[in-house]
Amino acid sequence: MDHFIIICLLSFLVAIAVGIVVLRDLLAGVLLSGLYSFVAAAAFVVMDAVDVAFTEAAVGAGISTILFLGALTFTRHDQKRRGHDSLPALVFVVVTGGLLIYGTLDMPYYGSATSPAQTHPELAVRFIEQSAGEVGPPNIVTSVLASYRGYDTLGEVVVVFAAGIAVLSLLGLRRRTPVVEAPDDAPGDVPGNANGNANGDSPERPTDNGSGTRT
Amino acid sequence: MKIYPRQRHRVLQVIAKLLVPFVLMFALYVQFHGDFGPGGGFQAGVIFAAAIILHGLIFGLQRTRRVVTPGAVRVLVSGGVLIYAGTGVLCMLMGGNLLDYDVLAHDPLHGQHWGIFFVELGVGVTVTGVMISLFYCFASRRTDDARR
Repeated sequence: MDHFIIICLLSFLVAIAVGIVVLRDLLAGVLLSGLYSFVAAAAFVVMDAVDVAFTEAAVGAGISTILFLGALTFTRHDQKRRGHDSLPALVFVVVTGGLLIYGTLDMPYYGSATSPAQTHPELAVRFIEQSAGEVGPPNIVTSVLASYRGYDTLGEVVVVFAAGIAVLSLLGLRRRTPVVEAPDDAPGDVPGNANGNANGDSPERPTDNGSGTRT
Repeated sequence: MKIYPRQRHRVLQVIAKLLVPFVLMFALYVQFHGDFGPGGGFQAGVIFAAAIILHGLIFGLQRTRRVVTPGAVRVLVSGGVLIYAGTGVLCMLMGGNLLDYDVLAHDPLHGQHWGIFFVELGVGVTVTGVMISLFYCFASRRTDDARR
């Protein structure tokens, strides 16, 4: 039964991916990519990787969909028509995909009891048997991430921090907020922004004397 | 509260006002219940930021910036890393290795509990700050460009 569900979910993933490629409507593409993340999360749940599924749902379906929607307000909703699909690109993609699939042939099968992670005496066996006595939390994933490998997680947090600092220093947070306040100006309402500044109701924006992009 | 001349999206605003507190609450649950169920700082931070971003999408950036000011976001971004690293340094000060939580309390298990609590809190705080600041940066660019 598990295999049947997994096969269904994976074929959903393929269908959604094809849909994202085929569709010209960017909004539909963004929503489909959110759906892709949800289906992937469901597949992870079936494989008993609940924490990974949670992350996939929160990050892939939640925050990146929202950021894509925000990015869509910069642009139009239709993808520009390309002239033709080039043959070298197709060859390149096929070769790369083939190499990736070839690379997975060496990996242990899903749920294999003889994979190195299962048989290594210092990894899964030890975590399952001793983490309750050594660390405590019933969720072994938490004790591995936060305690056994706390140093790695510190590095990950620093990476997130560095990414945030990079974006802040490139784009900057403006200290002074303009006095304009209008809920109809929200980045979410895409259709209205064209007439939002056309009918001139955006008053007294602070004068931008060339240094406006820096704080 | 001011009444705006053209209040579009009234339904969205009412629904968002209902949703945001529950999303924030759920983020806190994910944060502090991560030891016992799925979840943890990273997911909680993303969910918390998603609630703030939802508020920003529906009510406009200016009002969200008044609730969560850019200065506060900057404090969040760096504060989480400080909490995390500070927990590690505290372990060293109390006689252990870096991030060795056993020494944080008399009982090693309690020490581990405290250590994981603060470390996850640091992760959540930083992720929240980074996600919100990403949204602020991109969204404020858009409003500036649109008026230029």
